[in-house]
Amino acid sequence: MSMEKQAVERARTAFLTGRARPLEFRARQLKALQRMITEQEHDIAAALKRDLNRNEFQTPLFELVSLESEIQLALEKLPEWTAPRPAEKTLLTISDEVYIQPEPLGVVLIIGAWNYPFALVIQPLIGAIAAGNAAVIKPSEVSEHTARLLEDLLPQYIDRDMYPVVNGGVPETQELLQQRFDHVFYTGNGAVGKLVMGAAVHHLTPVTLELGGKSPCYIDKDCDLSVVCRRITWGKFVNCGQTCIAPDYVLCEQSIQGRVVEGIRHTLLEFYGDDPKTSPDYGRMINKRHFKRVMDLLEGETVALGGESDEADCYIAPTVLLDVPPHSRVMQEEIFGPVLPLVSVGSVDEAIRFINQREKPLALYVFSYDKKLIKRMISETSSGGVIANDTLLHYSVGSLPFGGVGKSGIGSYHGKHSFERMSHQRACLIRSLSREGMNKVRYPPQEASKLRVAKYFMQKRLWTGGLCWVTLAVLAALLVLALLITLLALILKGSEQ
Amino acid sequence: CTELLSKSREALTSGRTLREEFRLSQLEALLRMLVENEDEFVDALHKDLHKPRFETVLSELILVKNEALFAINNLKKWMEPEHVARSLVTSLDECFVVSEPLGVVLIIGSWSSPVQLNLVPLVGAVAAGNCVILKPSEISSHTAELLQRLIPSYLDTECYHVISGGPSDLTDLLELKFDHIFYTGSRATGQQVMQAAARSLTPVTLVLGGRNPCYVDRECDVAIAAQRIAWARFHNAGQSDVAPDFVLCHTEVQARLVLALRSCLLQFYGPEPRHSTSFGRLVNAELFTHVRDLLLASGKVAIGGQMDEAEKYIAPTVLTEVLETDPAMQQEIRGPVLPIMTVSSADEAINYIRRKEKPLCLYVFSSDRKVISHMMTCTSSGSFCSNDSVLQSMMVLLPFGGVGASGMGSYHGRCSFNTFSHKKSCVLRNTRVECVTYLRYPPYEDRSLSLMMWANSLSRRSQAWCEIL
Repeated sequence: MSMEKQAVERARTAFLTGRARPLEFRARQLKALQRMITEQEHDIAAALKRDLNRNEFQTPLFELVSLESEIQLALEKLPEWTAPRPAEKTLLTISDEVYIQPEPLGVVLIIGAWNYPFALVIQPLIGAIAAGNAAVIKPSEVSEHTARLLEDLLPQYIDRDMYPVVNGGVPETQELLQQRFDHVFYTGNGAVGKLVMGAAVHHLTPVTLELGGKSPCYIDKDCDLSVVCRRITWGKFVNCGQTCIAPDYVLCEQSIQGRVVEGIRHTLLEFYGDDPKTSPDYGRMINKRHFKRVMDLLEGETVALGGESDEADCYIAPTVLLDVPPHSRVMQEEIFGPVLPLVSVGSVDEAIRFINQREKPLALYVFSYDKKLIKRMISETSSGGVIANDTLLHYSVGSLPFGGVGKSGIGSYHGKHSFERMSHQRACLIRSLSREGMNKVRYPPQEASKLRVAKYFMQKRLWTGGLCWVTLAVLAALLVLALLITLLALILKGSEQ
Repeated sequence: CTELLSKSREALTSGRTLREEFRLSQLEALLRMLVENEDEFVDALHKDLHKPRFETVLSELILVKNEALFAINNLKKWMEPEHVARSLVTSLDECFVVSEPLGVVLIIGSWSSPVQLNLVPLVGAVAAGNCVILKPSEISSHTAELLQRLIPSYLDTECYHVISGGPSDLTDLLELKFDHIFYTGSRATGQQVMQAAARSLTPVTLVLGGRNPCYVDRECDVAIAAQRIAWARFHNAGQSDVAPDFVLCHTEVQARLVLALRSCLLQFYGPEPRHSTSFGRLVNAELFTHVRDLLLASGKVAIGGQMDEAEKYIAPTVLTEVLETDPAMQQEIRGPVLPIMTVSSADEAINYIRRKEKPLCLYVFSSDRKVISHMMTCTSSGSFCSNDSVLQSMMVLLPFGGVGASGMGSYHGRCSFNTFSHKKSCVLRNTRVECVTYLRYPPYEDRSLSLMMWANSLSRRSQAWCEIL
């Protein structure tokens, strides 16, 4: 039996014991995860430094802070999330219990990505644990130091049978995907996403696919470009552009392109100094393959800023391209690197058309003071999420569902949405064997009179707005009447005396 | 069909499905269609399934009407952006979720309840602002033809299309790119649908069949249980995705249950169900053969067993002495045959159920709450009902769908609207308060990190305060 199959069997056996069901177990695991993050911050940072050249500040900022929030939220809300949710009663179910009971799905497969290798594994894991599932964790082999660290650390803190870590490359992942899971959670690119979903067909396993795409960023010409450029620069160049929701390209009118470039240049100086290569805060491409991929995209383009590179160091300077034609290579695929093309459009209408001609992106950014324009962008385009006047931020708002649409993904997570995504919402109707009289109308032999009665019960809602108010009004009137009668009686009694 | 798809995409681009008034007008037209053509629907379903008027009206037309009315009454609320709790960082911003149409939705309905299985998802798709291509099953051909004729007379002909076709046409259809595929039917075709959807990363909702277990406890009013089970199992001549497929009970319960079922069936359909206007027929010869073969190779006929191939008639039949290995316990029956398999306890029933695939529905009959609770906790299923059956699948206020092999995703009521929508997260920030945002920018320093961590811990502790903001 392969190692992958063994791990899955272990997780399934553990799940079937039922020990992940009680809330205390789930809370213990979540608290252990929290301890792991706190106690091992140094080692986590070291692994991320070796994988992505992150510095000691970036690790908590980019990866750990949001995880701690998620854990705290789950711990606080677990009783609420797992409680049965009563459904409104109808005349038909007036004496029954009608509710939705969230239940664990079973064994979840979590396949992480390399760009935020810690967070993109732990965040879905928090949801899986909170929902009472077992989970098999497959970190990305590309961020190999973090992958090895997760394999070492997780079994020291959380139930090692319930949540095994499986490392490996393509063959190991393929072997895993042959096994039976109750949900597969994948973060990565569309090509592999298709393979993951295709593999899930065999067992009819539902999937969540957090994919990427080209996230457009529209800049309205009447804007404070200094703030705009700072926010875009931050979103674009953090993690060396290797963020699924980084603004991929900018759409703006030709007349402001020059000022946008200046704004970005100014911000880059603020952020990384004269030479980003020497800045401790500027990252590197994950490996040579991605370095070459991004460098190839620059071919034939007009470089307005940056463009320097160093293959040995996997370093690409923060780069801005000017007047990029829509059909060029850099506009055909997700860049996932520190290269920002500026594409000129004549108006917001043209920008909307441009965006709608392409696949639905994971994120859409619009910078404008004009609320009407922002509203138009939101209602006339589609994307996983939208931010007006900033970038990336919606990722950190735990109450917002985070996910794609169309080619940018299927399903969403974060906060309560993670819990719901990894649960089965089971509809429950608890009836009694009494009151059979009411049921008689539905039994054959069927007659017109029975049909009339049955229709009445099927169609009547119990507390429709109108009925509720009428009832309250009648009760209120009766109460007033009773009070008046009492008052009258008291007055009469008083006057008699 | 490629043409219809482009037509739908153009209609979508026009933006008219985004308007509440448009969606309401379509839902109201759908209601009118059901009311004005009730007789035609009754007639079509009678031709397809020998369905009695009672069943057509109650389990098909009213179901759709309830869904349409529910959507009409709640659409405004559903379409409103949902504001969510903000973090400290976004406390001065607007954070909300808007529901958007997915685009062009493909709905493939099944034949067993051809009106509601096509039109209930249609209600959800229309309410959510999508364009729809509807493909009713060719097996219930009269109903498919009726829908093909009626829908263009009531609904917008650019946005909503009904197409016909068989299994080979389905293969071609699935090559086209939709924004969501909704399928009700068999597991094998469900896999075909998901395979095609995987190639284009299309989300799917699959409501599949399976075998719905029904446990009858010793502590139980068997007479009443029998009535409720018989009604569920034998309506529509057993052709239902949600009826109990087989019974698990103790030997002593079996004897009482068979007696009670016999008496029930006499009451329901008379001594000759074949002559009863309340009893249906199997939809086609293929299904007749399938059910007949299962019946003949499984257990012993305790009640019924009479058949007439020409009429596609199989009498309401109860089988006893059924073994786990019998064909009737291995495959979906889809006909008026109820096998009863004996188990020695509730736990043995649970073990049996857990060894099999997760079913669409699970039923337990017992007057002991502990038994009901135990059964529910130790098993998983799309939905669960105690002391009755089928009803939980007809309610607008409960999600209906499968889990595991019985399907993915769910619908009915607001759940339909959500299934056919994309929930887009929106954050509207202002550009003026830059001083707070400064903390996140490089160059990174200890001080700014501590401040960020503090702000983060504050927002966790004072969640309520942030929510008020």
